Amino acid sequence: MSVSTTPVNSIVSFEKPRLQGLLDALKQAGYRVVGPRVADGAVVYDELDSIEQLPLGMIDEQDGGKYRLERDAAAGYFDHVVGPHSLKRYLFPPQETLQQLRLKDGDWHVEPPRVADTPLAVIGPRSCDLHAMAIQDRVFLEGPYVDPGYRARRERLFVVSVQCRRAAATCFCHSMKTGPRASRGFDLALTELDDCFVIEVGSERGGEVLASVAGWKTCSAATVDRATEQSVRLERSMNQRGAAENAPHAAKPRQLDTRDIRDLLLNNLDHPRWDEVAERCLSCANCTMVCPTCFCSSVSEVSDLTGEQVRRERTWASCFTAEHSFLSSGVVRNSTTARYRQWLTHKLATWIDQFDTSGCVGCGRCITWCPVGIDLTEEVAAIRETAK
Amino acid sequence: MNSQIQVAPTVDAANPWATHAVRIREIEPEVRDVVTYRLAFEDPAVAERFRFQPGQFNMLYLPGIGESAISISSDPDDPQRMLHTVRAVGNVTKAMARKQVGDQLLLRGPFGSAWPVDSCEGQDLVIAAGGLGLAPVRPVIHYVMNRRDRFGKVWLLYGARSPRDLLYTSQYDRWREADIDVQITVDLGDDQWDGHIGVVPVLFDRLQLDASRTRIITCGPEIMMRFVIAECLSQKIESKQIYLSMERNMNCALGFCGHCQLGPAFVCKDGPVFTHEQMEPYLDVQDF
Ligand SMILES: Cc1cc2nc3c(=O)[nH]c(=O)nc-3n(C[C@H](O)[C@H](O)[C@H](O)COP(=O)(O)OP(=O)(O)OC[C@H]3O[C@@H](n4cnc5c(N)ncnc54)[C@H](O)[C@@H]3O)c2cc1C
Ligand code: SF4
Repeated sequence: MSVSTTPVNSIVSFEKPRLQGLLDALKQAGYRVVGPRVADGAVVYDELDSIEQLPLGMIDEQDGGKYRLERDAAAGYFDHVVGPHSLKRYLFPPQETLQQLRLKDGDWHVEPPRVADTPLAVIGPRSCDLHAMAIQDRVFLEGPYVDPGYRARRERLFVVSVQCRRAAATCFCHSMKTGPRASRGFDLALTELDDCFVIEVGSERGGEVLASVAGWKTCSAATVDRATEQSVRLERSMNQRGAAENAPHAAKPRQLDTRDIRDLLLNNLDHPRWDEVAERCLSCANCTMVCPTCFCSSVSEVSDLTGEQVRRERTWASCFTAEHSFLSSGVVRNSTTARYRQWLTHKLATWIDQFDTSGCVGCGRCITWCPVGIDLTEEVAAIRETAK
Repeated sequence: MNSQIQVAPTVDAANPWATHAVRIREIEPEVRDVVTYRLAFEDPAVAERFRFQPGQFNMLYLPGIGESAISISSDPDDPQRMLHTVRAVGNVTKAMARKQVGDQLLLRGPFGSAWPVDSCEGQDLVIAAGGLGLAPVRPVIHYVMNRRDRFGKVWLLYGARSPRDLLYTSQYDRWREADIDVQITVDLGDDQWDGHIGVVPVLFDRLQLDASRTRIITCGPEIMMRFVIAECLSQKIESKQIYLSMERNMNCALGFCGHCQLGPAFVCKDGPVFTHEQMEPYLDVQDF
């Protein structure tokens, strides 16, 4: 009997080289496929044609201001964790056209932009990134207004997430309750074992695509257990971070105490630590660019030479710039102190008022990609220590 | 801030970037660099649907130049006669100042929270405005005049830098005739000026307010509103009976662009009108 779908929640497995079959099946189904690839010394998302392009045998060592790829003979296809890219760049792209207008006989005619290109499949997002996507869904889809571009791209996104079996020192999803194990928000979820991939079906679409991959078989209970155990082991080790002795030269594994964190930060808006961190902060905005949940943007006008054709472009913006809070009467947040405080209090405190969730998923990108290695977990701990 | 946001009938919640074409029907010079535009929707069906609440604003858009948040300054009971009072300060507003009657603009809106005029009924009302801050409260004055008997005492305390900066001077007599106690002050008088000199909060000194039944509506420079609020609190008016309108950079009016955040609030959708109770934790925090 031919099977046309694999039911939601079912768990199957295939031998590692069969992953190519999944890529092919996605392309067959009309998706443009992107996945993790090494470029300029980091794992980023890029077009994926072959599993040969995946960072097999690579791990990423991450720490404040540091990211280094290393070869590791024992590492599989997905033993790197998160790089500078996230799903954000596909759903809420760094630059996009909101509207196009044409002037005809003195009047403006608005033309809707070409929405959604080919549907996109992304291989590789981790649990933290799926939570980040759910957070951006709240911003762009679940408020009083819906962003049409985001919606079009979101509806057509196919996610093949990966269950982490290793965490970077900068990862603290266990503190934010966003990982390491992904339980929803994916179409398919891969767990990489030494001898095979275990695949969990998260949606009907996922089941349909999987059904067309040759060579999958129902997973034995023992294999399912091995996959689960791998996530459980990682989570356990992350939860023991506080207690474990840190090796002398190793990066300190992060964690964040989130107890009453909203009130902690909002009751300490005049804490001296804001000035201290501002002395180190370059206000470069890297943290906001790599953050998978930061959603600020600016809208600008692009005209042709005649001024008769106009595009409204939305580009990523950052609360670390003066322009962000510009008023003709003056810039509201006119110091790095005010800007860092805005970023951190938004991310960890006022986000909760706005969207009923923290804005931080514990992916640690802001720590890694900060040129001076500012670590939000450390900043919060310092404020907590001497809080009012 | 978990406020209940009502999407206006002229805004498409599923495509809130969509604009409506409007044409400038009248341009009324007000004071230096400030004019009032009367705008009319080109599509009669849109005009028919359009209504706004006092305190709400529109995004006025000049393609190729940009978009600005501008309060609606006219009578909410006559939404077809839609007025915007604009000060030319920068890129968009200066380009607008070069427009002429008959020119086309694009518009999205209305957006934002409103002065709680209906819940002020039965109460005394103090409207305290400074400078261009009179524009966003003028709809309140109209609302009151249209149903004057439903309000107790109503004061308008208004201040500007100099007599030449006072907005809407030709209308004060009509407002007074409607039993609104209009008190005007300027920071700096001139030869002809024989009214009050000083800032708006000083005008509170001479009012006999009944704190238990007085609502405050204030709009103007933040520093002015802070002093007005201090004055009201010292007269035992409760924090939740004081309403203010905040201004922050806006790129979308939809809660997407992030620029207008003020603590937990998005000024564009949770505001611009807030109670003092909502803003109190943040008003005095430097550079917040
Ligand atoms: C809720 C609300 C209601 C307003 N009502 C009025 C009104 O009735 N009349 C009026 O003249 N002005 C009003 N303003 C201010 C008006 O929006 C700005 O003066 C205008 O956007 C300046 O744009 P510009 O391009 O001319 O100036 P530029 O100096 O070139 O501004 C550059 C950009 O900064 C932002 N910006 C600058 N100043 C402000 C500001 N004060 N508020 C918000 N964004 C700003 C805008 O995004 C603008 O595109 C209101 C602002 C808000 C937030
Ligand atoms: S934060 Fe957690 S889910 Fe994200 S990459 Fe690190 S271990 Fe994986």
